[in-house]
This record gives sequence, C-alpha cells and structure tokens, in this order.
Amino acid sequence: MNAHDDERMKEVLRRALPPVEGDELGRDLWPAMLRRMDAESGAAQSPGWAWFDAALLAGMVAFGVFVPAAIPVLLFYL
Amino acid sequence: MQNEASDVLSQFRQGSPEAVEAAFETLFRLHQRAVYGWILRIVRNPATAEELTVEAFWRMHQAHARFEPSQGFEGWARRIATRAALDWMRARHVERELTTEMLAEVAAPSVTDPAITAEIRLKTALAFGRLPPKLRIAATLAVIEGQPQKDVAAALGISIAAVKVRVFRALRLLRKDLEREGLTP
Repeated sequence: MNAHDDERMKEVLRRALPPVEGDELGRDLWPAMLRRMDAESGAAQSPGWAWFDAALLAGMVAFGVFVPAAIPVLLFYL
Repeated sequence: MQNEASDVLSQFRQGSPEAVEAAFETLFRLHQRAVYGWILRIVRNPATAEELTVEAFWRMHQAHARFEPSQGFEGWARRIATRAALDWMRARHVERELTTEMLAEVAAPSVTDPAITAEIRLKTALAFGRLPPKLRIAATLAVIEGQPQKDVAAALGISIAAVKVRVFRALRLLRKDLEREGLTP
C-alpha cells in the first residue's frame, strides 16, 4: 500500500465514519457516580456470609477435634 | 488558583479519606466533560460514553494512591478513560452496533465525493468494526477524529511510532477486508 492508497483509505474511512460532532455532555454525571460508589461499597461490605461461613467451619473443625467419632457419621450424611 | 488546584491533586493522592472524597468530587466536576468527550470519540455512542465516563472515574477513584500530581490530572484521566473504552470494545461486538446505529447516516449520499458510494461507506464501517480493538482505537482517534498523534500515544500509553504502526496496520487490514468484499476503495 503506497502513500496515495494510504491517504485514499483514510478518506474513505472518514467518509464512512465522520468525526463525532457535538460532544457536549447533556447532564451532570455526579449522581450516577455516587450511585456507582454506593453500589461498589455495598458489594464490598457484602452481607455477613463470609463471617458466618468462617464461624460455621470453625465450629465443625472444633466439633471434629473434640468428637472425632462423629466425623464418619457427618461424612455419611453430607 | 494554581495552588488551590495543586492542593486538590495532593489531597486526592494522599489526603485523609474525607479529603480524598472531597477532592475526587472536585476533580469529577472539573473533568467529567472532557473525559466524556474523549470517550465519546472512541465509542461514538452518548449513552455508552456516559456509562464509561462513570466507569473511568470509578477506576481513578480506586487508583488515587497511584496518581502522580506532578504529571497533571488530564493525561492520567485520559489514559484511564481510554483503557476503560478499550476494555468495553474488547468485551462487545462493536460491529453490530455500528451497523444499527450508523446505517442511516452511512447510507446517506456523499456530497463531497460521489465516488465513495453508500455501499463503500457501509462496508467500510462494517469492516472497521471487525478490526482488532487496539488497531481500531488508534485509527479512530488518529484518522477519524484527527487527534494529534502525541495525544493518542499518551492516551494509549505507547510511542508515537507505535501509533503510526497501528494506524498503518488498521488501514491495510481494512483495505484487504474491502478487497475480499470485491470493493476497491
């Protein structure tokens, strides 16, 4: 592709997809930004499931340590 | 005024959590239009540009500790906005949006160059949408939008030479794609 072809291709491209006109923002996006930040902070502090799961797991481990005979029974019912 | 602006940037970088939030709001209000305009040039859809402006500012908020005040906010914001737009382009099939949104505009007769028919313009738009996003974004900014190559390079985090290579590759692929369609632009 020579320089002339290159320029021609650029021209065709500009005709097919003209530059964007009117790039004025129609509204203030700060309220949308606040909603996004609230949503992300809500997701970060997601319900206490992680804490609850850890406590449940710790309880199961403690139960297994103190009553090892119960492990086969627990495994049977899992 | 200058001190005030540099104060906001410093607060954004390493202020207390409250100071960071206040500085972020100030910077958002100051730069949202510029960031939106830049993203709009890339994605060419106002609703998507709004969505990505919020996404870009969210990324800036998350990365505030890595912001370097001495290098200014605009360039940093533009780089993050470009990255957000590029990620969006990679995740979506833009060629489909090009066909639906630009069909009417592209199909209108060209008054400046009748040799560039509506068919050529439509197929060019479609072929352009099929280019790899990193080539498409470089060609969009440098060729279609006529942005200075140094600005495009800074926004993409690459050298000016790399911008030229990407534009060249984009045009070559576009031409080959059109030739496969039986068109010689």
